[in-house]
Amino acid sequence: MMHIDRGLGAGRRAAALAIAVALVAAPTALAQSSAAEGIAKYREALQDGNPAELWEARGEGLWKEPRGPAKASLEQCDLGLGAGVVKGAYAQLPKYFADADRVMDLETRLVWCMVKLQGTSDADARKNPFGNGTDRKSNIEALVAYITSESRGVKMNVSLAHPKEAQMYKVGDKIFYFRGGPHDFGCVTCHGADNQRIRLQDLPNLTKVEGAQKAYTTWPAYRVSQGELRTFQWRLNDCFRQQRFPELEFGSDASIALTMFLAKNANGAAFDAPAIKR
Amino acid sequence: MTARRILFAALFAAILVGCATSPSDDRISVDASTMLKSSFKARGQAGLDRLDQDDTQRLCSEAAGKTPPREVAERIEKQNLATIQYPADGKLVGDWKNGEKIAQEGRGKQYSDDPAGPVGGNCYACHQLAPQEVAYGTIGPSLYRFGKLRGYGIEMQRYAYGKIFNSEAFAACSTMPRFGHNGILSEQQIKDVTALLMDPASPVNQ
Amino acid sequence: MADPMKIRASLVGDTTEVKVLMSHEMETGQRKDAQGVVIPAWFIQTVTVTHGGKTVLAAQWGPAVSKNPFVSFKFKGGAKGDKVTIAWADNRGDKRTDEATIA
Repeated sequence: MMHIDRGLGAGRRAAALAIAVALVAAPTALAQSSAAEGIAKYREALQDGNPAELWEARGEGLWKEPRGPAKASLEQCDLGLGAGVVKGAYAQLPKYFADADRVMDLETRLVWCMVKLQGTSDADARKNPFGNGTDRKSNIEALVAYITSESRGVKMNVSLAHPKEAQMYKVGDKIFYFRGGPHDFGCVTCHGADNQRIRLQDLPNLTKVEGAQKAYTTWPAYRVSQGELRTFQWRLNDCFRQQRFPELEFGSDASIALTMFLAKNANGAAFDAPAIKR
Repeated sequence: MTARRILFAALFAAILVGCATSPSDDRISVDASTMLKSSFKARGQAGLDRLDQDDTQRLCSEAAGKTPPREVAERIEKQNLATIQYPADGKLVGDWKNGEKIAQEGRGKQYSDDPAGPVGGNCYACHQLAPQEVAYGTIGPSLYRFGKLRGYGIEMQRYAYGKIFNSEAFAACSTMPRFGHNGILSEQQIKDVTALLMDPASPVNQ
Repeated sequence: MADPMKIRASLVGDTTEVKVLMSHEMETGQRKDAQGVVIPAWFIQTVTVTHGGKTVLAAQWGPAVSKNPFVSFKFKGGAKGDKVTIAWADNRGDKRTDEATIA
């Protein structure tokens, strides 16, 4: 007895099913909910054997392996809960780190540790944040997959106790509503109301607690359509591309401010990633 | 005397600003702008000048996803109404078949897009139009039977053309891009999309 | 060298359930790159699973199987602590063998 999960094939089948359903009935609320159910079933079928585990395994290896000019592992990296504590660390990020005198998200902190512990140059550490196939694998994505997997089931608990954390949150809030570029788009254009779709893709309302919780706790995710694991930094980067903005720099303050805004709004929800998305 | 008057004027201005929004909120807006400038890099056709807001973008950002106060909304609508350029030849309705292609085309203006084109309106991302296309978004209202329900007269043609050219002229802080005003679509493209909505033969009106 | 497989093998009653994730591009040979050049086909052709020196599964795959494939199957006769060995070979001659212990 053998069962092969053909990710892309299954995706096409689910899409065909959704279209077939919509063609039979007039495009009413009923057809929309059937389409949503079809997509939900497809997601459920993918849960078993999420290829994100391949990234998690590679990331765990990278975390423990002595690397860089200093031939050191990242095991002494302080992700906020003390040197080397990985379990639950992601659920409290971003946070203020006194040694860097800066609010950092996971990706920025990893770059910091690669520089401080492994002696890698800052430019080298942030060189390849988003992978593309076998030729261009990203170590950051793999490390993020591993570290976030160690927070699965942990309740989001981001603090604004430090003035710099509170400031990051407020600025992130402003950036969320910032409209610009040739299309006047901002985050709020797509993520400011309930029950909206772009084409057939459901859009979470990130101005509400439930929306922010559901969205934030399911990144990073393995994107079946890309065959890649994508981090929250990637999610922000690609949203701004579609907003017709210039390119959001990896680990920039604006990326951390927005992450802070959304992570804090997700407080109280159990973290549930790496997930799998279409 | 003159110096004193200037001082008074400056004080008065400062009080006005203070009334409009709390100083700390202003401070955060400035911090956000500064942070954005240092967090993006120019890529492809998308330069850093895209982070410079015009009056409408700034006022709508301040409204933070809500409808702005009435006097602000009226100011935005008045300013944007003045920008609408109707075609010199007086013809507002082009070819709906081209309009359908423009409505389907999602590319254009992203740094990942070829600056030579194509550039579309991506209307289906947010609106229902022709019933044959089931993969439509719901950020904007359904435009199915737009002309059939509202009539095909010249006034409605002018409204449709004007709305596509500059949506902010009719609804301040609309989520819809200002396709003509911001040079996303050409005059001919706007005519063709207007036809998709207003031509009685268009699938939208069946 | 390809990344290791991720294997889980567990005994349920008298049946061993095995779940395997493989890291592979599984390029179909139908896609083109940004320049319009066809990306050559590159996919796993054979999968062999052995337990106690006996082949319990042999499969021939083609380019229709997705990137980073997932295989789940069951066989009878395993015991806790036994080793299950999984091997694949692709059309470029790349090979990978990994082992898991039945839990």
